[in-house]
Amino acid sequence: MSESRVSVPNFGSTWHDAKLVMVKDLRLEWRSRVILGQVVPFAVLVLVLFGFALDPDRRVLTEATPGLFWLAVLFSTLLALQRAFAVETADGVTDALRMSGLDPAGIFLGKTLGIAIHLLALEVVLLAGVTLFYGATPHGPLLLVATCLAATAGLAAVGSIFGVLSSSLRVRDTLLPLLLLPTVAPVLIAASQAFAAAYADASGDGWRWFGLLAVFALLYLAIGIFAFEPLLEES
Amino acid sequence: MESVVSFRGAICLLGRFPALAGVDLDVRAGEIVLLQGPNGAGKTTVLRACAGLVPVVDGEASVLGFDLKTDRRAVRAQVGLLGHDSGLYDDLTVADNVRFWAKAGRARPADADAAMARLGLDGRLSSVAVARLSAGQRRRVSLAVLVARRPRLWLLDEPHAALDQAGRDLIDGLMADAVAAGATVLFASHELDRAEAVAHRTVMLVGGLNTTTDWSLAATSSPAPVSVPEVPVV
Repeated sequence: MSESRVSVPNFGSTWHDAKLVMVKDLRLEWRSRVILGQVVPFAVLVLVLFGFALDPDRRVLTEATPGLFWLAVLFSTLLALQRAFAVETADGVTDALRMSGLDPAGIFLGKTLGIAIHLLALEVVLLAGVTLFYGATPHGPLLLVATCLAATAGLAAVGSIFGVLSSSLRVRDTLLPLLLLPTVAPVLIAASQAFAAAYADASGDGWRWFGLLAVFALLYLAIGIFAFEPLLEES
Repeated sequence: MESVVSFRGAICLLGRFPALAGVDLDVRAGEIVLLQGPNGAGKTTVLRACAGLVPVVDGEASVLGFDLKTDRRAVRAQVGLLGHDSGLYDDLTVADNVRFWAKAGRARPADADAAMARLGLDGRLSSVAVARLSAGQRRRVSLAVLVARRPRLWLLDEPHAALDQAGRDLIDGLMADAVAAGATVLFASHELDRAEAVAHRTVMLVGGLNTTTDWSLAATSSPAPVSVPEVPVV
């Protein structure tokens, strides 16, 4: 049927709608403080518990910092995503979004940007945490920042796709991690490797991993832009 | 007069259950039509089908010239639906919600502010989080969103529910104003005394089929006698 067609976005209106949705999501966080009051403390707690679990010897923690950092980000991403899509399903908001006239690609980009901004703020706190708790000091700050940006864009894009896909299901809280974690395994690996290079002052290797992260992010952003409309219809 | 809603043998499925089993319905521009019927008759499904939210799988159905079988998404920006749910973000304030949904529908900020004033939501209430509002107040916020977006077709599902006397009078006035401004209203209600006083005619639905159309209301229910509280005009 012709309804199943995928519409090509008009980028002017898509960007307008993306900004509208992003500002709304940032305002929601400003009013509710869920990320600040629950997700950030959770992420810091994960860092501390990793410290307890591994070894009080700082050498082990320092060496494991890249992987532990991105695991903490990944777990926190699940909470942030559940929050981001719970507000879109409560009290008929999904129908209101469908009726709103907003471009679905704009909704996707707006949600992705909102989630990414929240995750970047979380990563700043976690970077301070690993410096403080694990004694890890980066030698390649540019690679570190670039890795955070690319990995976060990929996580937010994949998260938005799976977030809307699972949002209307009763089992969404358990389904989302099952869908998300295997899909973002490449992000975990590449971001950990790039971070390891940045912490070890071997940025050359790290930029190759950054390239993989950038490709991953662009791929899922493109998928989301074109697939979000049917996903929103089915949610 | 221009046909706004035209259903011919329209069938809608909810899962495998035929919620509409061949409905014929015509609504012309400028009419206020009451959908009446027992629970489960299909009133909400008719409204949601008109809003492009429920697919019409067989028969013919068009709203505002859009064919609901082939392009039901296109009609959505032209219609406003007040359903059972509020469609509001609990953690945002009244003003945040109305302005967001108004902007999403390409309405001007002034339209959002005027709608809030019309619904009595300006002043202190505008900065209150929706989560802290009563059911009636939430209903008013949803109505303000609908008013701000100025749809061509108003679809109202039990619009008087949860509202106090002043709120009920207000919604009757809003329907009359909408029609006066060129819109069309299709609404479902169990509060027949009040609803029949506003409607131009009634369509009866039973078991997903329409049974009768009562034209007698047309002579007695012009929008004029509706009493409206004194609030700023949009």
